[in-house]
Amino acid sequence: MTDSHDHTLAVVEEPITNPGLPAHQWRPTDLDERAAKRAERQVAGMFGLSMVCAVLFVVAYFALEIGDNFDTFIGLGASTVALGLALGGAMLFIGIGIIQWARKLMGDHEISELRHPASSTEEDREATLEALSLGLEESGIGRRPLVRNTLLGSMAMLGLPAVVLLRDLGPSNAQVADAEKGLGLQHTIWKKGMRLVRDVVGTPIKASELEIGDLVNAAPEALFPTEANGYPEIEGVALQVQKAKGAIIIVKMEPEEIKPADGRDNWTVDGVICYSKICTHVGCPISLYERTTHHVLCPCHQSTFDLADGAKVIFGPAHRPLPQLPLAVDEEGYLIAQAGFDEPVGASYWEREKQ
Amino acid sequence: MSLDTSKVASSNAAKAATPAKPSKVGGVAGWADDRLGLATAARKNLRKVFPDHWSFMLGEIALWSFVVLLLTGVFLSLWFTPSMGEVHYEGSYDQLRGIPMSEAMASTLDISFDVRGGLLMRQMHHWAAMLFVASMMVHLLRVAFTGAFRKPREVNWVIGCLLLLLGTLEGFTGYSLPDDLLSGTGVRAADGFLKATPVLGSYMSFFLFGGEFPGDAIIPRLYIIHVLLIPGILLGLIAAHMLLLVYHKHTQWPGPGRTEQNVVGFPMLPVYAAKAGGFFFIVFGVTAIMGGLLSINPVWKFGPYDPTKVTAGSQPDWYMGWPDGLLRIMPGWESVIFGYTISWNVMLPILIVPPTMLIVLILLPFIEGWITGDKREHHLLQRPRNAPTRTAVMVSLMTFYGLAWAAGGNDIIAITFHSSINNITYFMRVAVFVGPAIAFFVTRRWCISLQRHDNDKLLHGYETGIIMRSTEGGYAERHLPISEASAYTLTARERDEIHTVDSDTDANGVVAPGSRVQALRARLSEKMYGHNVQKPTTEELAAAHQHAEHEHALEAGLDHPADGHQFDGHSDHTVDEAPLRGH
Repeated sequence: MTDSHDHTLAVVEEPITNPGLPAHQWRPTDLDERAAKRAERQVAGMFGLSMVCAVLFVVAYFALEIGDNFDTFIGLGASTVALGLALGGAMLFIGIGIIQWARKLMGDHEISELRHPASSTEEDREATLEALSLGLEESGIGRRPLVRNTLLGSMAMLGLPAVVLLRDLGPSNAQVADAEKGLGLQHTIWKKGMRLVRDVVGTPIKASELEIGDLVNAAPEALFPTEANGYPEIEGVALQVQKAKGAIIIVKMEPEEIKPADGRDNWTVDGVICYSKICTHVGCPISLYERTTHHVLCPCHQSTFDLADGAKVIFGPAHRPLPQLPLAVDEEGYLIAQAGFDEPVGASYWEREKQ
Repeated sequence: MSLDTSKVASSNAAKAATPAKPSKVGGVAGWADDRLGLATAARKNLRKVFPDHWSFMLGEIALWSFVVLLLTGVFLSLWFTPSMGEVHYEGSYDQLRGIPMSEAMASTLDISFDVRGGLLMRQMHHWAAMLFVASMMVHLLRVAFTGAFRKPREVNWVIGCLLLLLGTLEGFTGYSLPDDLLSGTGVRAADGFLKATPVLGSYMSFFLFGGEFPGDAIIPRLYIIHVLLIPGILLGLIAAHMLLLVYHKHTQWPGPGRTEQNVVGFPMLPVYAAKAGGFFFIVFGVTAIMGGLLSINPVWKFGPYDPTKVTAGSQPDWYMGWPDGLLRIMPGWESVIFGYTISWNVMLPILIVPPTMLIVLILLPFIEGWITGDKREHHLLQRPRNAPTRTAVMVSLMTFYGLAWAAGGNDIIAITFHSSINNITYFMRVAVFVGPAIAFFVTRRWCISLQRHDNDKLLHGYETGIIMRSTEGGYAERHLPISEASAYTLTARERDEIHTVDSDTDANGVVAPGSRVQALRARLSEKMYGHNVQKPTTEELAAAHQHAEHEHALEAGLDHPADGHQFDGHSDHTVDEAPLRGH
């Protein structure tokens, strides 16, 4: 308490004593009636210009078309530019006018006001403390610890309903996980025998059609259900979820350039190799491929993966290689998955290794 | 207070405005006061004094851009549909017509292309958001560099830091709403950040998104956070920030007539109200012109969000840039302990460092107050040079921020300057540690040498630019004393007191409790103040003046500027009457 009672202020007025406020200087507009009139006209002129801008705004609103001519003027619509300039003018001229008025015509005497310590007066403090202790005394909270403690306990327990109430914000991963449907962080829709199809159009890919250096953005065929392929209808959220996890990249390189990891000798087809497109760092789709080095770069945080060497991380903040999809070809020569991914795709999470 | 208003322009009227008979305004005011009793509060505050300085305007920019955000935001909410329901776009923008997208994206396109003034309002909203965060940051720097956060204003500093945090979150939730490709990529990265949280990661992600990413809940949820939750808290905190400002009365720069006990400036009514009110229109006007002329966040060029797509050069809004930069330069560390994955590569730059920075920022006035042991109230601002260590700490933090921010644009830097992104990243990994240390050292020494320069001016006067040749052939620059007002302003600062420990044992040789802490405090205080240059004492000043008078006598010569043609007859004008350059 002693600290806050000390209201002595820092001493700054030495070794030179404070000369006091300088004498007030009259402005030209205070002394010269013509200057004052001129300033008055300037201020009024600004307010007048603001009115003109307000009218221009209305004119521009009704006169200028929007819609398909949104880039007629400096890449923006004439309407947007005109409305912006008119609104800006209407506002700016009011502001400039008011400030000119304040600077030229309003009294410009600096005045001084005394400061007071931020703290209350000593009496107020004591009276408050007294009232506080009297109130607490009368409530008996100090004498009846049972009441006090149960009150605190009940207040603390109120946190439980508050937290539990939010439980249904979403299901947990364990609740949605379904290997068959490809739901949950650890599963994708990829299954043994599913064709790899081109992104957007959904056409299957013949291994023989790919050339050295090609990169194809591809998707699981189940996302493009037709009567012919017999996959069930998928749309909306379910489709987005599967797109977010199922996206892949297929590249073809010289077969001898590929350094297969242990047990992955037969995961490629004639130099065609396939990885998850989802970065193992925070889950951006990776896309920038350099065909001579077989490096693929994530545009979000520049993690770089060597696709010839099991997509291991050669640069950047990612830690794990991209998951690899084992490939085969079906009887028609189209690329298919030998099996689904053998690990979760995308960003790491706490229980990842447990699944 | 009686003021000489005899000469005030006639438009102000020479006499005080005392109406001869009760005016209509007086009648209304009387009616209101009978019921609300506002006159007591208004009496004190209508002529409340606000000191003037350009740097006090920075916080005002933040305040007014927040008002612009509220107004334009209400306009946008009349058309925006915060839904992830899939529709086929059928609006005016040709290239996307017929493309499936979320209702959020489609309504954003409608606001941009089919609502007159809609694109203007969208761009004003985004520019005002940039201005809001930027002006808060610069305002924060002003407050820190001038020591305005010292007692009694620490609480307001804390509120300010929280405003900056909330403003940043408000910005993130806002630019995620259109559900375009760029913002969707940002949301997906945020999902990755959540998943990196130990133990709870996947739960937090599933709860936020209402299931597996992307779900259909995130846009409506971010919307209500963006338009209700955060703005509500922001409004409350801004109100508290302003109330405390009024209660404490604004700080002021030292100068003739300005002391720790008073506040000198213009009264609220009319001058300050006019200037501040006028400034609102200026901020609004500038935002409108920016919204009209400068394209920002053209979502139609990015297209709707598709979780399989991404654009090169993906960048968050600038105020999110520095954690993103740390994320980019972080080595790919991840460990698996007892089968559980810990992603240091995401946790450290996103979940640990930024919150730590915020806590450090909040604690700055408290740490400083503890080291100096200064419990006095401070209302006079300090020049940054007069608090070298504090200034150096701030510059050091700024350097860290700036380097991390630059790292967030490492791909852009690499493309612009045709350099290797790998080398830039390796450089930044070292620079974020070394840079702030260098900045600290350089700034501190720089401040101290500026303090010396101030003392030189006080003791020896200012440099007139006149070179005198003595009879011996030596050259010296003539110095003249600075004006009394400047001299006072230079010395109007307190002397630094280094905290000392009296004795760490009492009379019986028992170590005093907490003495170790006291010793640490004394050491820090020594480090903080030990090298500072203190202002001259009365004796030093007197001695210097005596010396100077002697010197001036020796240097006596021209009392007007020389034009360099005194002796060659080429002078085309006379400078005899011109005064010497003053100070």
